Amino acid sequence: MGLAKRIIPCLDCKNGRVVKGVKFLDIRDAGDPVEISKRYCDAGADEITFLDITASHEGRETTIHTVEAIASQVFIPLTVGGGIRTLEDIRAMLNAGADKVGINTAAVINPDFVREAAERFGSQCIVVAVDAKQVSGEGEPLKWEIFTHGGRNATGIDALEWVKRMVEYGAGEILLTSMDRDGTKTGFDLALNREVSRSVPVPIIASGGVGNLQHLVDGVLQGEADAVLAASIFHFQEYTIREAKEFMLKSGIEVRL
Amino acid sequence: MNKIAVIDYGMGNLHSVAKAVEHVGRELGQDVEIVVTPDANLIAKADRVIFPGVGAIRDCMAEILRLDVDQIVADAIKSKPVLAICVGMQALMSSSEENGGVDCLGFLQGDVRYFGDDLKDENDQRLKVPHMGWNQVAQTRPHPLWKDIPDNSRFYFVHSYYVQTQKQEMITGLTHYGTDIVAALGVDNIFATQFHPEKSQKAGLTLLRNFLQWDGTV
Repeated sequence: MGLAKRIIPCLDCKNGRVVKGVKFLDIRDAGDPVEISKRYCDAGADEITFLDITASHEGRETTIHTVEAIASQVFIPLTVGGGIRTLEDIRAMLNAGADKVGINTAAVINPDFVREAAERFGSQCIVVAVDAKQVSGEGEPLKWEIFTHGGRNATGIDALEWVKRMVEYGAGEILLTSMDRDGTKTGFDLALNREVSRSVPVPIIASGGVGNLQHLVDGVLQGEADAVLAASIFHFQEYTIREAKEFMLKSGIEVRL
Repeated sequence: MNKIAVIDYGMGNLHSVAKAVEHVGRELGQDVEIVVTPDANLIAKADRVIFPGVGAIRDCMAEILRLDVDQIVADAIKSKPVLAICVGMQALMSSSEENGGVDCLGFLQGDVRYFGDDLKDENDQRLKVPHMGWNQVAQTRPHPLWKDIPDNSRFYFVHSYYVQTQKQEMITGLTHYGTDIVAALGVDNIFATQFHPEKSQKAGLTLLRNFLQWDGTV
């Protein structure tokens, strides 16, 4: 017995409501983030990830209030991402009750931001979120590049190189989303996840593409993920967190029940 | 009135601790007053003191010394129940390897070690560092703060450094991650945890509830 693999439900939020897009675009309403967080926590979620998907463009106040409300009712770790650009943004989220922040676009614009953030707040609260997309063609060696701004902008940066650099700079964890799989319900990009997991010492959260419970198992056993993140299969109540954990346990994965 | 002071020296997430204590106080039906403060006078007036800490120990120690928090902690441990959490626990020890070697407060005998870059489990599988997530804690000694918490319950950990001590009698809980690591220490009126009770859902909230009712004796 030892460290459990984590299940992390993800709340993509827009203007204070949980939404879920397919490939970051078509958006469905899924409810109140505080209610949903509490339900997941009671059902045995190991952490909650809150992504403010419009934060790059809109005001932060709603997000801060929502984070405060979640943090006063949910006593498991809470990661907040979306529009984190300055040390002040990080401090505001930690003060609101977040335990970790997810940094994505700001890291690409200024990689030293990750270094400064880790030095100031500790690596334990710095999650670098990486949106990766396969760029190699059929028959070529696998290659992925990172994208920013919710998947809209290509950067030309190799995903594996990027993740190694971010860990060197102090990232304590990597939230790895496959842009090819996100919202498709066809499972994680296992090759991507495995390559990333093997190239850095820190935990990897697999994200993007979960459509059933076997996908979660595959993410851990084949993708070598330390944690698995999913949104729509939980929001639309196709499965409960408890069912997901029991399924993983039956597949030989250590979980917290 | 049960007055709880959370020592605020600018490091990390005190909101979580305060909210969790408020929550268990409400559940207990206790009239709990929580102050999150660096003010020595306010802390001196508290019935119980929480000494938290996250991040890098060098930064924590610098702030502890700058704000005379070392004296505040010294006064607290002379007189009342103290709960130290994560880097708060590490700060109580003699010294740390983190950031190239840092002197800690030296209230408890032991030091703080890095997990290492090639940590492996029994099957020679690589283990990730930081040790992040829910791990089981074996209660090595009975203690009032373990009341109503089943042995081997899972608590939430996040750390790259861990406490080592030759003083076995100080250890109240062990966890395993490549090696045995100290999950909890209990010395007189001090209880210290490497894990985060405020983030450990039911087991953690139970521990905080026990702390609110603890008189500091074992």
